[in-house]
Amino acid sequence: MFLELFFQYLVAGLTYGTIYAIVGIGFNIVYNTTGIINFAQGEFVMLGGMIAVSLHSLLPLPIAIAAAVVLTMAIGALIEMTFIRWLVKPAVLRMIIITIGISILVREAALHLWGESVRSLPYFTGNEISAFSFGGVRVSPQVLWTLGICSVIVISLNLFFKYTMLGREMRACASNRDAAALCGIPTRNMVTLSFALAAGIGALAGAVVSPITQTSYSIGTGLAIKGFTVAILGGLGNSMAAVAAGFILGILESFSIWVMPTAYKDAIAITILLAMLFVRPSGLFGNKEAFRLKDF
Amino acid sequence: MLRIRNLDAGYGSLSVLRHISLHVKQGEIVTIIGANGAGKTTLLKTVSGLLRPKSGEVLFRDKDIASLPPERIVFEGCSLVPEGRQVFAAMPVRENLLLGGYVQFKRGRSSEVKADLERVYGLFPVLRQREHQLAGTLSGGEQQMLAIGRAIMSRPSLIMLDEPSMGLAPLVVKGIFEIIGKLRDEGATVLLVEQNARSALRIANRGYVLETGRIIKDGDAADLLTDREIQRAYLGKDLDAEN
Ligand SMILES: Nc1ncnc2c1ncn2[C@@H]1O[C@H](COP(=O)(O)OP(=O)(O)O)[C@@H](O)[C@H]1O
Ligand SMILES: [Mg+2]
Repeated sequence: MFLELFFQYLVAGLTYGTIYAIVGIGFNIVYNTTGIINFAQGEFVMLGGMIAVSLHSLLPLPIAIAAAVVLTMAIGALIEMTFIRWLVKPAVLRMIIITIGISILVREAALHLWGESVRSLPYFTGNEISAFSFGGVRVSPQVLWTLGICSVIVISLNLFFKYTMLGREMRACASNRDAAALCGIPTRNMVTLSFALAAGIGALAGAVVSPITQTSYSIGTGLAIKGFTVAILGGLGNSMAAVAAGFILGILESFSIWVMPTAYKDAIAITILLAMLFVRPSGLFGNKEAFRLKDF
Repeated sequence: MLRIRNLDAGYGSLSVLRHISLHVKQGEIVTIIGANGAGKTTLLKTVSGLLRPKSGEVLFRDKDIASLPPERIVFEGCSLVPEGRQVFAAMPVRENLLLGGYVQFKRGRSSEVKADLERVYGLFPVLRQREHQLAGTLSGGEQQMLAIGRAIMSRPSLIMLDEPSMGLAPLVVKGIFEIIGKLRDEGATVLLVEQNARSALRIANRGYVLETGRIIKDGDAADLLTDREIQRAYLGKDLDAEN
């Protein structure tokens, strides 16, 4: 009984953890190419879920999700082109205020469009009560969908950055923007692309997880804080470490319900965030070597 | 090849370069010498597009490039080896060089990139040995070779180098200058910025002397080398002691 409960919480933790990881990776992609911490990152997850739900009333599920991802990518690119592109070497604080402003803007627009109601996509396969049983531990098929699709996102991103020409150009831009420009790489387009990419993975994760967590116009802020915590915990700019950090946060939160009132769950992220910023701002896995190997 | 007329440039409201005029002809090595803070880097940043000039003309092969962004200027055939190497530290040597070949890829000459890579490895055999090593782990001299190699990969008609000898041991500096001479012999045109005035003037055809943002002297490198004022200010010769 104890073990079963343990694994039940573990699975829940992993599910939330993958979403935090994806948001954290989104932070890192944008941070690596621009040095900007984009607090609107959580809104992409919200947009992905909400747009997919709306489109699903007209379109089959996979097409609705694909369209939601593409639309959110376009919104991400548009945000970059409207608010970020024309700024010349903006101060960090100014940038943070701008991205928080963008997130408020997106949230208000979502409120106008969709109201306050909570929505979700249907389960991809089965329904709320169907479950696989692994030795007594009941796992919803949607959890498997979420874990599976998020794994595919992480692996594809890795392959993209490592083995494609475009991925190499983005890494060059992250490593040294001036040097990349001197090689002829259109660095501004790479920045736009990084926003679109971060928006796209956030949107996909947001759509996939919505049957489990549900979604509404206001979920972005909380996710942004958790994604940021994960990015800091793993070490800003280090995407693979964000995956590990995402699982750590998800599992901690999940088990906290066991020993603390549920209300404290969201305080965990803030506590970790502040502790890390004070004690080890380079992250759990961050290195302090003389030259910084900024990479995805 | 390159002609600069009445160029003014700087950072924000700070103006650094005043009324700079100079030119580089096909097949020449032209050097710009000057003390630390004279504005040498600012000049190369402006020509390469990293910095917008406040006024003046930058004509490259008779085309005004003053308002183009850096990525377009490389495509025109004008390539900068920036101060402090600026290699992609987290990437292997080979990837650094291939990124240098990006321009050729985009020109639809990707079939030539392999041969260009071989040419760079021929010029700098040590880079072939270090092919799969991360650029950030190379020594200063090797990073400088990599930065030069990366610039060559774009097949530039003009290659500009910003203090390639900075922070390197004398023997390594000698090797780097030999390579620069070799590039010229193979038909490249070179604009070389240096604090190491002696070595620079020895391989250059002509030179300009930059002082606090103005060109105070120019002429054949050989003449500048024997110019008493320059010997005193830049070549560290104590003429009074000799007399
Ligand atoms: N990024 C910058 N912002 C403001 N001022 C700068 C910047 N870079 C250089 N300067 C100033 O411009 C002047 C010329 O610098 P620089 O071109 O780097 O000289 P050099 O390369 O000849 O040593 C110096 O007074 C320097 O302080
Ligand atoms: Mg300099």
